[in-house]
Amino acid sequence: MSEKAMYAIYDDDYVLLESAKHLVAKGIHIRDVFSPFPIHGIDPVIGLEKTRLAITAFIYGMIGVALAITGLWYFMIQDWPLNIGGKPNFSITTNIPSFVPVIFEFGVLCAAHGMAITFMLRNWTLPGFKAKNPYPRTTDDRFVMEIHASDSDLSAEEIKALINETCVLEIDEK
Amino acid sequence: MEYTVSNKAKMTSIILIVVGIVALLVGVFTSHGHHTGTRIWANLLVNGYFFFAISLAAVFFLSIQYAAEMAWGVTTQRVFQAIMSYMPIGAGVLLVVLIASSLHQTHLYHWMEPGITDPAAPNYDEIIAGKSGYLNLPFFWVRAIVFLGVWMFFANWFRRNSLKEDALDLSQISGGVSPNYKKAIKMSVLFIVFFAYSSVASAWDWIMSIDVHWFSTLFGWYAFSGMWISCMIVAVVLVIYLKSRGALKEVNDSHMHDLVKWMFAISMLWSYLWFAQFMLIWYANIPEETIYYIVRFEEYKLLYMGTFFVNFLLPFFVLMSRDAKRNAIFVLPIALIIFFAHFIDVLVMVLPGTMHDEGSLGTIELGMFFMFLGVFMFVVLRALSKAPLMTKNHPMYDESIHLHH
Repeated sequence: MSEKAMYAIYDDDYVLLESAKHLVAKGIHIRDVFSPFPIHGIDPVIGLEKTRLAITAFIYGMIGVALAITGLWYFMIQDWPLNIGGKPNFSITTNIPSFVPVIFEFGVLCAAHGMAITFMLRNWTLPGFKAKNPYPRTTDDRFVMEIHASDSDLSAEEIKALINETCVLEIDEK
Repeated sequence: MEYTVSNKAKMTSIILIVVGIVALLVGVFTSHGHHTGTRIWANLLVNGYFFFAISLAAVFFLSIQYAAEMAWGVTTQRVFQAIMSYMPIGAGVLLVVLIASSLHQTHLYHWMEPGITDPAAPNYDEIIAGKSGYLNLPFFWVRAIVFLGVWMFFANWFRRNSLKEDALDLSQISGGVSPNYKKAIKMSVLFIVFFAYSSVASAWDWIMSIDVHWFSTLFGWYAFSGMWISCMIVAVVLVIYLKSRGALKEVNDSHMHDLVKWMFAISMLWSYLWFAQFMLIWYANIPEETIYYIVRFEEYKLLYMGTFFVNFLLPFFVLMSRDAKRNAIFVLPIALIIFFAHFIDVLVMVLPGTMHDEGSLGTIELGMFFMFLGVFMFVVLRALSKAPLMTKNHPMYDESIHLHH
């Protein structure tokens, strides 16, 4: 697809939010927004779906808990029971209290790492990947909307005219 | 918007009280043995402490809101103020139990026995004598009176201050910010500092000293997290009730979400502290510490372990998701179940030390619980009807009603 994307550049998150509301009300589809920090309230305006990351975190946590229980059972009970402070060491059920901290920590570890890796995979931003950010200054002090003319019924000229009604700094096409 | 106590609510609380009294009487007349008197006193302590602690935690939560300059909670401030209005009655019940114990009318606190710290007396107890620098009647009463007095002073002050703030005319005030709000921030900081020490010491005094030979440095926090979660449950249930009556229109889904998040989080805090206290004692396995758990595991296993699993697993799995937190159909049953389970928690703090192997969850326990629940409900609902449900002139009111996340 050789169609050019339009990038509307702003210097304030609130201005961008209000402009996005204005443009969406005129029937323009905003494909994405780039900003140095999360803009509160932008998700429903540009029609982003609710994230499913929380569900994956729960699943990773449960996997971590299951792995930790299995591992501890094998290491500490099945393979090589150790007498630690005279605690029961031939049954996972009677010795479970001493394993709870490890199970908890491992669950948190798996939930946190799994969630972070999933997030970076989904965004394709794992270390070493090429940055897809169209404007490096959006990591500093600029706020950019990405708009494709083919996403809405309006022509590129009409869209530009509408963007210019907002407090935009400049419109770039590339 | 004003709220008036409906006849249905009045009837419900009266029915609770009557059912409670009937169950109590049935329990008294059908039980035999010499333990019935102690059992009633122990239950009076359980209910006195449980419901008083709920209203105390409401003062604490209100003062965190001021100290942290928390905006979202402004819409539910009056609910917490209503909960703390139960304080004088709860304190009265506690005082009756403490006075009766001090006058040796009942034997809840073993260390209050005359002669127990006297080496010449036949019932001399060396361990208790070693603790008598702290656990002696004069100092105990100084603490009890100071704690109850200061807590109730603050509760009363926050309530009156909030009502005064309603009456202000902000256009007459330079800067347009209510001076009562700034004063409340200072007072809430003072309260939190006092509460940090007093909530822990009161748990030692009134609950932990029942098992006088035993001690746990974590006990105060454990009792504190229990009172906090119970208070959050009461607030959540009240907000759901008020919203179902068409009141509290300013409270939206996001407020509900935040309140239930607190309920969820403090539930986890309680479970964490329960387990932390248990695991360290289990691991160290020192006889004078494990005695506390041995009697609970041998005589009260279902109540004791059941409380833990209900209070940990139910909220954890049911209220984890964002949608469940915003849906009263999920929140209400869980809230009511874990509220009762936290009552059982206090019951199992008190009964093993006072009733030993004779205690159980019977008609006396249930009857007293429902009786006190009825009184608590009546007092709190009446306090809700005494002032508008929404504060006026609070500087963060606008921010609060626009809460959205």
